[in-house]
Amino acid sequence: MIETIKGFLILTGAIFMLLAALGILRLPDLLTRMHATTKAAALGVILIMLAVAVHFGEVAVVARAFAIIVFVLMTAPVAAHVIGRAGYFVGSKLWSGTVKDELRPNYDPLTHELKSGLETDSNAVHQPRENDPK
Amino acid sequence: MATVILISQVLMGIALILAFVRVVRGPSLPDRVVALELFASIVVGLVGVYAIRTDVSSFLDAAIVIALMGFLAAIGFARFLERGGPRDD
Repeated sequence: MIETIKGFLILTGAIFMLLAALGILRLPDLLTRMHATTKAAALGVILIMLAVAVHFGEVAVVARAFAIIVFVLMTAPVAAHVIGRAGYFVGSKLWSGTVKDELRPNYDPLTHELKSGLETDSNAVHQPRENDPK
Repeated sequence: MATVILISQVLMGIALILAFVRVVRGPSLPDRVVALELFASIVVGLVGVYAIRTDVSSFLDAAIVIALMGFLAAIGFARFLERGGPRDD
């Protein structure tokens, strides 16, 4: 029984990782690639670490496996957010079939200012800061 | 069980190759960073499977370190990109 569960977890994790790699190879632009890799690869690592926990079944090992799971769950979204943000800043091209880029009309890449669309005349004036690029 | 582990190792090896193709082809630096992060995740999975295969639980420490390095590398590259470092891609 335990063998079956272990085998199922390992195989599913490996298949999810393969799907993530397939996604990063086949998808057309940075954001869709990230959408494929961050979630599928994190799920693959989680499933394999669950298999490790089931296989060893000792407190110390299970605790370490769960530490890896929690670590992956905490860092994968942060890393994806940071890379996606940096990729948008450096102007990586979106896919030609992109329907809508809601950030483009509201975001100024030079001053890094974001408009909400609810500005009044008084608060829409640009307030210069000391670290603005000249 | 040995067969399952072998199959999963082959699958993850193929995944490593596919991610490496993306590292080589680019086309931009953020794409390569994403591919390298995927690389780190797959290697963590491989180390976990190898720990099961050899029945040595100490390999999990290596997996923790690899996951940490992948995360820190991603953060570092992203900061480098946002600060506008020199690039040639």
